[in-house]
Amino acid sequence: MTSDRPVPTFDDDVDGGRKLCIICSQGSLDMAYPGLILANAALGEGIETHLFFTFWGYEIIRKKTMANLQFTAIGNPASHMPALAAALPGMQALATRMMRRQMADLDVPTVPEMLDHIVAAGGHLWACRMSADMLKLKLEDLHDGVEAVIGATEFMELSAGAQTLFV
Amino acid sequence: MLATIAGRPVHVNDEGFLTEFDEWDEGVAAALAADIGIQLDEERLTVLRFVRRDYQERGTTPTLRRVSASGGFDTKRLFALFPKKPAKKMAYVAGVPKPVGCV
Repeated sequence: MTSDRPVPTFDDDVDGGRKLCIICSQGSLDMAYPGLILANAALGEGIETHLFFTFWGYEIIRKKTMANLQFTAIGNPASHMPALAAALPGMQALATRMMRRQMADLDVPTVPEMLDHIVAAGGHLWACRMSADMLKLKLEDLHDGVEAVIGATEFMELSAGAQTLFV
Repeated sequence: MLATIAGRPVHVNDEGFLTEFDEWDEGVAAALAADIGIQLDEERLTVLRFVRRDYQERGTTPTLRRVSASGGFDTKRLFALFPKKPAKKMAYVAGVPKPVGCV
């Protein structure tokens, strides 16, 4: 168009082949968000994005648990709570409530909303076969956006050429 | 720097984003859209008006999720209207700064 001013290219072509795979292996509230937030950011940048949920990561996509993930300060020095206090009855519920409120204040959506948004933005959700067998779960027990239950080998095929993150 | 877009002088930063909120109008928007291969139409303008209103009210550029959740626009549709990097492209054409929010 005009040449007297800079025009962003948005690097559409440069990122054309970029692909990101995120393995979500943890089922606590605080460990669910890193993978989901990175996936959301990647999709917003036009990057092909896949999330693979395995072991405790299943909590994030199980219909029964996804809205009810918990946060505990036990074994987490970064929470700055004395170990004995963190172990008191009711403390996990309190810590979870506090974290949910902090996330909501930052306008961060709930885990199920985050999954809906990722799927709407073109992200792919996959569930680990071995975990499904262990937990006796089927595709219909999982978030509607999960495309299939796949094995580790299939995941390897799927993630060929991708940048892979393990959370 | 001072540039001429759609026949009027506007201030842009070194990436080409408008730096003065009030220097934007629909004519400028059409030229900015054309820069990045987008043909402006009423549907896109409706989205851009939300982006600008939200920026004005909150002082920060809305993220894609905010445009979808608060503006009521469908995420898939936004990807169709502003392909690949919808949040950045909406901001560019709407004449507001590049979004910095995480979600």
